[in-house]
Amino acid sequence: MHWSNYLEPLARGAWVTIQFTLYSMFFGAICSFAFGIGKLSKNWILRGISIVYIEVFRGTSLLVQLFWLFFALPIAGDMIGIDLRLPPVTAGVIALSLNLGAYGAEVVRGAIEAVSPSQYEAARALNFSSLQTLWRIALPQAIPEMMPSFSNLAIGALKDTSLVSLITLTDLTFAAEQLRNFYQDSATVYTMVLLMYFGMALVLSMAMRLLELSVTRWRGTVR
Amino acid sequence: MSDPIIAFDKVKKAYGHFTVINELNFEVQRGEKVTIIGPSGSGKSTVLRILMTLEGINGGVVYVGGEPLWHERLNGSMVPASERHLRKMRTQLGMVFQQFNLFPHMSVLRNLTEAPRVVLGLSKEKARQRAEELLELVGLVDQAHKFPGQLSGGQQQRVGIARALAMRPKIMLFDEPTSALDPELVGEVLNVIRKLAAEHDLTMVMVTHEMRFAREISDRVCFFDKGRIHEQGTPEQLFSQPKEQRTREFLKAVLNG
Amino acid sequence: MLYGFTWDTGHGELAFAISILPILLMGLITTLEAAFLGFFVACVLGMGFAVLRGARSRLVAWPTAVVIEFIRDTPLIAQLFFLYYVLPDYGILFPAFLTGTLALGIQYSAYMSEVYRAGIQAVDRGQREAAKSLDLPPARTFTHVILPQAIPRVIPALGNYLVSIMKDVPVLSVVTVIEMLNAAKIIGDQTFDYLVPLSMVGGIYLILTIVASALVRLVDVKLPKRGISLR
Repeated sequence: MHWSNYLEPLARGAWVTIQFTLYSMFFGAICSFAFGIGKLSKNWILRGISIVYIEVFRGTSLLVQLFWLFFALPIAGDMIGIDLRLPPVTAGVIALSLNLGAYGAEVVRGAIEAVSPSQYEAARALNFSSLQTLWRIALPQAIPEMMPSFSNLAIGALKDTSLVSLITLTDLTFAAEQLRNFYQDSATVYTMVLLMYFGMALVLSMAMRLLELSVTRWRGTVR
Repeated sequence: MSDPIIAFDKVKKAYGHFTVINELNFEVQRGEKVTIIGPSGSGKSTVLRILMTLEGINGGVVYVGGEPLWHERLNGSMVPASERHLRKMRTQLGMVFQQFNLFPHMSVLRNLTEAPRVVLGLSKEKARQRAEELLELVGLVDQAHKFPGQLSGGQQQRVGIARALAMRPKIMLFDEPTSALDPELVGEVLNVIRKLAAEHDLTMVMVTHEMRFAREISDRVCFFDKGRIHEQGTPEQLFSQPKEQRTREFLKAVLNG
Repeated sequence: MLYGFTWDTGHGELAFAISILPILLMGLITTLEAAFLGFFVACVLGMGFAVLRGARSRLVAWPTAVVIEFIRDTPLIAQLFFLYYVLPDYGILFPAFLTGTLALGIQYSAYMSEVYRAGIQAVDRGQREAAKSLDLPPARTFTHVILPQAIPRVIPALGNYLVSIMKDVPVLSVVTVIEMLNAAKIIGDQTFDYLVPLSMVGGIYLILTIVASALVRLVDVKLPKRGISLR
């Protein structure tokens, strides 16, 4: 078989990979901010929930989380009489997002904590409420600091989507496995797959770099 | 003379075992310009930080405008102040920081309009108008759209003063406003404070090492050491005929240094 | 039956859990073996990458940078499949476990090379200049002056990667390695009870990573710095 014949099925798989990456980045970002800010909350319930979430999802393997959501959760649901069977797509997006969000939450927390105490003092002297301080003073300064780590996490998210092939989802890795099974031409197929992941990662890196530039524009004006 | 806008009544402040302020009694009258001088580590900045509610106290009572700052009256007894009470009290106070503490991600104009809009609920136009008047006062009208990082230290501190004034406080606290500046930039900041002192009936409390300036603008100078006021009086009294040995030593050291 | 142990499905969840614990622990041993072996490969290979990446010749440094970036940007599972299916085409027949640890090692060598590089660059320039002024040959300068100061700096970061490798070992299950997660999955497949074994694996992982992270911190604190200021 000529390599170009693999292109179309692999491209279809890559499109699934891209969608999974974007969805998990979107929901992962929401989790990152929610739990990263939650871990800094004065309310011990919010703080406790955030700490447990972060520790559990960083402390166990993504594949364990994926399998648990896909295979174990329906049984847990059975026991309490609720149908918790998740379609593979849903289980995949949830597992990827929650896992990514736990790592992202630590980035968010670290960046907010790194905002200079003098900024908080200035905000207090001007009588901002704590929510206004977070939203208008701390986050705008913290987000640029998060961007390099977020870029690494985004690449990680792209790579991690390859695991959804293990719960029957037809992403790029799954497509490759099917082609290899059919044509027994593993060298060509997997070389192409690796190059495609590499290409997607480079594009994603550039996109993240552009995002970083756009959120740090105010800094560009500093001497 | 017994309606002080600020009154410290036996105020104590300690970090662990280290006592910064010890049973301090200190009063400031409405419209008075008071300067606090003293060696570093003597607790003089702490007085301002307690007033700005950046640091709590461990004993005694602080009154601002006749009301306890760090306490609330509840059924006749004093209880620690809630955040709501602190927010209400803070509206009377404004602070200028040694390191300016401008918001680096906002333009000069937004540094001045943000709190009036968000905290006081001023309209965009109203806040902008107020900001422009203040920029006029500090002489920075042409810098409105720059970011703090593009300004010199002196300009940044003038923005810092304007930003605090934008909240229309009754009391302005200056915490070593020129200590972080290059010598050639000190003058422009002092000029702004001088103008403020002359033209407004603001109550001003300032911690500074600029003795000549303190002498010029103050109604009263307090010499602070080891968490208490050792000596106070008019600038004439304190600088020309200090009574205490420690005051003389301190003044000799800083004036010749 | 797995590893010679059978599971008890007739006496409730607790009996079931107790009966499969030895199986999961056997799986855990495989997980740890794979993690440490992969870590070792990554340490060695990563140092090789770091040296080549820092080479003075751009003809060496730049291609190395591309290779490192390529490894970093592609998923472990795809690299693993590549090795598993392509190596035999060239007559290299490794057992699945070995291929798996090799893939882990390669993936993490790319990360570790960056850690080494940062550690090496953090050694003061003055040290290099001092060595040069003493006419030490470059290779000896590297092994006896630079590395002894760089390694203590990077050990905590390397330790954190060891913890990450442990969490990536389950990927090896795709090439038939029976590590802890795969063992739990097999038990689930046969008993139709995934909840107990998978939850146990999650719990064991949590304990494992918390303990390992605490050890890394302890090593960081206790590590003899021998007069090296690290910050």
